[in-house]
Amino acid sequence: MVQDSAQGAHKVQSEAQTDAANVDGTVRALILTGFGINCEEEFAAAYRLAGAEATIVHLNQVLYGQVSIHDFDVLNFPGGFSFGDDLGSGVVLANKLRYRQTSADGRTLLDDIKQFIANGKFVLGICNGFQVLVKLGLLPNMGGDVTPEVTLTHNASGRYEDRWVTLRVNPASRTPFLKGIDKLEVPVRHGEGRLVVPDDATRAAIEAAGLNCLSYIDANGDGTSEYPLNPNGADLNCAGLTDPTGQVFGLMPHPEAFLAAYNHPDWARRRRQNPQATEEGEGLQIFKNIVAHIAQKHTTAAPAVQLANQH
Amino acid sequence: MENTTHTIQLTLKPGQHDGDGQRVAEAAARHLGLATGRVRSAALYTVRYPLNENQLSDFATRCLADPVLHDVRLNELTGAEGYTTYILVARRPGVTDDEGTSAQNALADILNEPLDVHTQHIFSKKLYLLENDLPETDLRRIAEELLGNKLINWLEVGRVADGIRDYTPRPGGGAEAITEVVSLTGLSDAALLQLSKDNIYALNLEEMRAVRDYFAATETQEERKAAGLPTDPTDCELEIIAQTWSEHCKHKEFAAVINYKNTETGEEKQIDSLFKTYIKNATSEVDRQLRANGNDWLIKVFSDNAGAVRINSDSLFVWKVETHNSPSAIDPYGGAITGILGNNRDPLATGIGGARLLFNTNVLCFGNPEFDGQLLTGQLHPRRILEGVRKGIEDGGNKSGVPTVNGAIVFDDRYAGKPLVYCGTGAVMPMQFAGLDSWEKKIDAGDRIIMAGGRVGKDGIHGATFSSIELDETAPATAVQIGSPITQKLAMDFLLLAARRGLLKCSTDNGAGGLSSSVGELAGISGGAVVELERVPLKYPGLRPWEIFVSESQERFTLVVEPGKMAEITALGQEMEVELTDIGYFTADGFLDVRFDGAPVAHLNMEFLHEGVPRKILEAEWAKPVAAEPEIPTATDYTETLTQLLGSLNICSRESVIRQYDHEVKGRTIVKPLMGATGQAPQDAAVVRFNFESWEGVAVSNGILPRYGDLDAYDMSAGSFDEAVRQIIAVGGKLPNLTPGDGIFWSVNDNFCVPDSVYDPASNPDGKQKLAKLVRMCEALRDATAAYCIPLTSGKDSMKNDFKADGVKISVPPTVLYSVTAKIEDVRRAITSDFKQADDVVYLLGETHDELGGSEFYALHGQLGANVPKVDFAKAKALYTLIGQANDQGLIQSCHDLSDGGLAVALAETTFGYGYGAVVELPETSLPLATQLFSESHSRFLTTVAPEDVVAFEQMLGDRATRLGRVTADGELTVRHAGKTVISANTAALRAVWTNGPVNHLLGVVSNDNLSHSNSL
Repeated sequence: MVQDSAQGAHKVQSEAQTDAANVDGTVRALILTGFGINCEEEFAAAYRLAGAEATIVHLNQVLYGQVSIHDFDVLNFPGGFSFGDDLGSGVVLANKLRYRQTSADGRTLLDDIKQFIANGKFVLGICNGFQVLVKLGLLPNMGGDVTPEVTLTHNASGRYEDRWVTLRVNPASRTPFLKGIDKLEVPVRHGEGRLVVPDDATRAAIEAAGLNCLSYIDANGDGTSEYPLNPNGADLNCAGLTDPTGQVFGLMPHPEAFLAAYNHPDWARRRRQNPQATEEGEGLQIFKNIVAHIAQKHTTAAPAVQLANQH
Repeated sequence: MENTTHTIQLTLKPGQHDGDGQRVAEAAARHLGLATGRVRSAALYTVRYPLNENQLSDFATRCLADPVLHDVRLNELTGAEGYTTYILVARRPGVTDDEGTSAQNALADILNEPLDVHTQHIFSKKLYLLENDLPETDLRRIAEELLGNKLINWLEVGRVADGIRDYTPRPGGGAEAITEVVSLTGLSDAALLQLSKDNIYALNLEEMRAVRDYFAATETQEERKAAGLPTDPTDCELEIIAQTWSEHCKHKEFAAVINYKNTETGEEKQIDSLFKTYIKNATSEVDRQLRANGNDWLIKVFSDNAGAVRINSDSLFVWKVETHNSPSAIDPYGGAITGILGNNRDPLATGIGGARLLFNTNVLCFGNPEFDGQLLTGQLHPRRILEGVRKGIEDGGNKSGVPTVNGAIVFDDRYAGKPLVYCGTGAVMPMQFAGLDSWEKKIDAGDRIIMAGGRVGKDGIHGATFSSIELDETAPATAVQIGSPITQKLAMDFLLLAARRGLLKCSTDNGAGGLSSSVGELAGISGGAVVELERVPLKYPGLRPWEIFVSESQERFTLVVEPGKMAEITALGQEMEVELTDIGYFTADGFLDVRFDGAPVAHLNMEFLHEGVPRKILEAEWAKPVAAEPEIPTATDYTETLTQLLGSLNICSRESVIRQYDHEVKGRTIVKPLMGATGQAPQDAAVVRFNFESWEGVAVSNGILPRYGDLDAYDMSAGSFDEAVRQIIAVGGKLPNLTPGDGIFWSVNDNFCVPDSVYDPASNPDGKQKLAKLVRMCEALRDATAAYCIPLTSGKDSMKNDFKADGVKISVPPTVLYSVTAKIEDVRRAITSDFKQADDVVYLLGETHDELGGSEFYALHGQLGANVPKVDFAKAKALYTLIGQANDQGLIQSCHDLSDGGLAVALAETTFGYGYGAVVELPETSLPLATQLFSESHSRFLTTVAPEDVVAFEQMLGDRATRLGRVTADGELTVRHAGKTVISANTAALRAVWTNGPVNHLLGVVSNDNLSHSNSL
C-alpha cells in the first residue's frame, strides 16, 4: 500500500505550499511533518516571522520524490512524537531516513541529506527532530560517517516535563544559528531529553570541538546538573549539539515556542517593568540568525545556490 | 526463512540508568509496602514474520536497539545474575499495541518491503526482573496494581529458576458470519428484563416492550418479509436499538417528563424535558438577545458533535467537553486516553470536519488518593485511578500535539467508586471549505460511507450501554479500549487536508455505539443507508456482524464522500497512510439496511430507531437538607489555618500533574496554568491565541463546586457557572453583548454527572431527591445564562455514576461542570493573577457575605455548615462589566478570583509568582474575622493597581472595590484586623507548603526548596 502511493498523482501539499521558483534570493525553509510530528505550524511561523518562506511538507512527499529537499536552503525536523516515540524518541523516523529506499537505485533520504549538507546547506532539529538527528548520527557526527555517537534517552526524573529553562551558548560554538546569542530562555517539553555520551573520549572530543553549543545553566550562569534547572540530567549539561561544520544544529528545548514575548511565563511582570521592551520572543533570534546568514550567502554566492538547485 | 516466531530482548548496558526499573521498585515500596530489591527492566519484541538470522539480527541491532544504551539478546528469555523473580507484561489479543506497530514500521523500512501495519506481526512486552524472592501473590499484586490491568494485559509472574513463561496473543479462528435471531414474542416482562440485562442492552421494561411491539406490528412484518429478514429481530437489530436508545446516546432522562415537587415551598410543576426547558430554550432566548444587539456569532448549537461560534469573518471556534467516567473506573489509563482522543474527534468531525485542534482541558474528580481502607470487589484504589488517568491524559494530549492548557482536580470520597473524567477540546475551523459552509452536514442518497482510521476489534463493545448503567464488579472486559494517539494523529492530518481540498461532504466520529451510532445518525440526514459489513477491515478474525457494527474500536471516523470524489480521496488516504474503506452508501428509503456478504443482518425503520423510544416519566421531590452553622472556636493563629489550607488536598499545588502535560505546544499559550518568574503562580483561566498573525485569542475556564450541592444544588450550579465566568473575567475577558456588534463570543458546555436519579423504592429510595437536585441545577443554569447573556453550545449528561459491589453502593455527589470559553480581543491585554510590583495597591472586588457553608475552612474543621454561597447575578454582572472597562484602560496589574479558601488563600497565591509579600488591613465590618478571611462568597477578586492609577480605578469601581493594602518587596504576608496582626507568614514558606502538598507528594515530585525555574528571580 505504501508503495502504491509513490505512483499517486496527488501531492500532499500544505496550505503553506508556495511557488517553486527562487529567483529573488528568498530564503526557503522546508519543514517536515506527518506521522506524529506536531510542532510544524509554529516552526513555519518562526521562519515567516524571520522573513523566510516556509513550506510544510508531509514526509512521504519527500520520501517518494514529489518534493526535493534540494530546492530548499534549510531542512527542518520539528518536535512531536514521530511514530509515537514507541521504540525510543525519533528512532523509527531515523530508520526510515536511513533505510527506506526512495528510488530504484537504492538511494535513501539520508543520502540526499548528506548531499544537502555537502552543498553547504543547513539542517535544524528541535526536540523530537533533534532526537532524530542524534539517532541518525548526523549529530554530533565527529567521525563524519553519520554513525550514532551519543544518544538521547529518558530524563533522569523518569517523567515528561514542560518547564522553562535558561541556556547559555558555548562561546566556542561556530554555528550561524546561535550567532550573537549569549543566553536564552526557552521551554523544554520532553520525556527523553537526557544526552548520554558513552565514554570520556567522546565527551572530550565534543567539548574540544565546541559541539555542545547549549548548556542548561543556574542563576549564576554556570552549567548545572541540578534538577530542575537541568531538567533531564544531560551529560555535559548539554541542551543542544552542532556538527563540526555548524550547519547541522539540534536542541531539546523549543525556541519556536517563544516567538512572542507573551509566551514567557513571567511576561506580564516583565512588561510592567519594561513596557517598551520588544514584543518578539527570544526564541525567534535563532531563526532570524539563520535566515540572515543564508540571505547573506545568497547575495554573495548566488551561483552556488543555482548549482544546488540543479541537483 | 526459518522459524517464523522470534523474540528480541533489549536490556540496558551495564552502568546505564534503569529509570523504569527504579520506578517499579519505588512504587512497590511506596504504594504496596513491598521490598523488591533492585528491579531490572527489559523490552521484549516477539516477531511473527519470516526472517532469516541476519535479517533478525539487523532488525534488532539497527532498528530496535540503541547502540549506546542496549544489549541485544535473540530468541532467549533468561534472567540475570542476582535476580530471582520476574513479571512479564504482555497484552491480551486485539489490545492496541502501538509499540508493536512502530516496530513493524521499522521492520518494513529496513527490509524495504511493504508490510501491512494493520495486521499485527510484532508484539511488544515488558519483562521485569526482581532481586528479592517475593511470593507469587506479591508479584501478582505488583503486576496487577502497578504494571498492568487484568482486563487488557496478560501477566506472567514467577521465579526465574522455574523458567520465564512467555505469552503472545493468538487471535481466534476464522470469521464468524453468524447472525442469530432473538425471539421476543410471548416473553414475559421478567424475561424481557432478563434479556436486556444479560445482553447489556440497558433498556428498561417499557423500552423492551416497545421493541417487542415494533417487531410484532403487521407493517414491520411485511417490511421484513420483503427485505428477506426473519420475523423475529436479529441480534444485530437489537444491538443497534440498544446503542441508539442508550442513555449515553439518547439522553432519555434529560428528555423525560418530570413531576417536580418542592416540599419547602409547596410548589409543584411538570417539566417537559430538562434539556428543552432549561438548556435549549434558554440558549434560544440568549441568541435572540444577542441578535437583537447585532451579535450574530452563534452558529451551531446542540445539533452536531460540538458547538460552533464565529471568531471573525474567516473562522469558527468549535468547543466540546465530554466525560469518560465508567471506562476510567475500570481501566484508568485506557479510559482517560480514549476520553481525550474521543473528545478530540468531536470538534474534528463537526460539520464537514477538519477543524484544527487548538487546546485540551481536563477536569478530574477522584476519591481521596490517600485512602487506606478496604477496597470493594472490582474497585481500583483512588491513587491508582489518579495516576492512570493522569498518564492517559499525558499521552492522549502530548502525543496528539494538543496543549493541555487548563484543568482542575477535585477530591471527594464519593468519587472513589466512579471517578469523573471530563475532557474538553477547542478547535478552529475556517468558515468555508472549498466554497461550502464548513459547519453544515449535508448528505444525499448515493453518497458513499467511508470508514477512516483504525481497524475494528472486539474492544469497546457495549461501551455506550455499559456507561448507561451503574458499575459493578462484573464489568465486561470488552468495554475497555486503548487509544492510539499516533493512529488518530495520522487520521487527523488526513482529515484536515481532505476537508480543505473539498473531498469531504461531511464526517462524524465513531465513538459510543461505533458504526451503528455514526452511520445511524448520519443516515437520519439522508433518510437511510445500506452498510456492507463484510467490507469493514478487522484487527483479527472472529467477529460476528453485530460486533463489527457496534464495536467502539478507537480512532475511526465515518466520512461521507460523493461518488465522483472517491478516487481522489482514496489516493490521499494512501499517501498519508490512513486506511479508508468504502462500506456502503446512503439512501432515502427510510431504512437502516445492514448486510453481511449480501445476506440481510438488520433492516430497521429509521423513524422507529430515532423516535420510537418511549418517553420516561420521572418523579422529583425537593426537601431542603437539614443543616446548621457550626460553632467554630475563634482561632488564636490564623497563620496556621492558612498554612493548613494551602497544604490541603483540594487547594495544594497540582504542579506535578500540570508539568507532565504539554501546555504550550503550538506556541500560542499566553496564560498557562502556572505563571510568574517562579513558574508557580496558579492562574484562573488559560488564554490561547488563535494564530501568529493576529492577537485575537480565547480564554477557557472550568467551574465545578460539587460540595456545595450538599447544601443546595441550585446554589452549587449557579456558583459553578459564576466561578467559570469570573475566571474568564479575571484573565481579562469581557462579558458578551455589552455593546452592539462587539462580536465577543462566549461558548459554554454543560456536563452533568449525577448518580442514578430514577426513584425505586428498593434499589434507589432517595431517587426523587437526587432528581430534584438535578432539576435545581438546571434551573440555576437557565438563570445564569439569562443573567449573563451567555449561550450554551453543547454538553453532555452522564446519569448513572454509581459503583455497586459487595452490597455497598458508592454514588458520586450530583456534579455539574461548566466549561466556559470567551473571545479575548487582544491577548496582550490578558491579566495574570500574580503580584507584579512592590507598592502596587491591593483591592478586594465584590462583596463578602456570611457564607462559610461548604467551604474548605469548614471542611478543615470537619464541618459542612449551612450558609452556602449564593450568586447575585445582577451585582456580579455590573462588577464584571466595570472590570472589563478598567482593563481596557490598563488599570489592572493583577487579578485573581476568590474561590477555595477565600481571601486568605488568594492572598497567599498571588505572592507565589515572584516572592513578593503584602501588607493588608481588613475592614472592620459586621462579619467575623474568620468569615472575612475564608468565606467563599462568589463574584469576588483580589486585584492590584499601580499607585499612579489608584484614583482612576477607585472612581471607576466605586464601593465595589475595598482597598486592602499594598504589595511589598520583603516576601512577608501580613494581615491585620482591628489593630492586630492576624496572619504573618513568609510567602516562600507558604509556597513551599503549597508546593509540597499531598498531590505533588503522591506523584513523587517534591522538593524541600521549591521546583521553580528560579533564574529570573
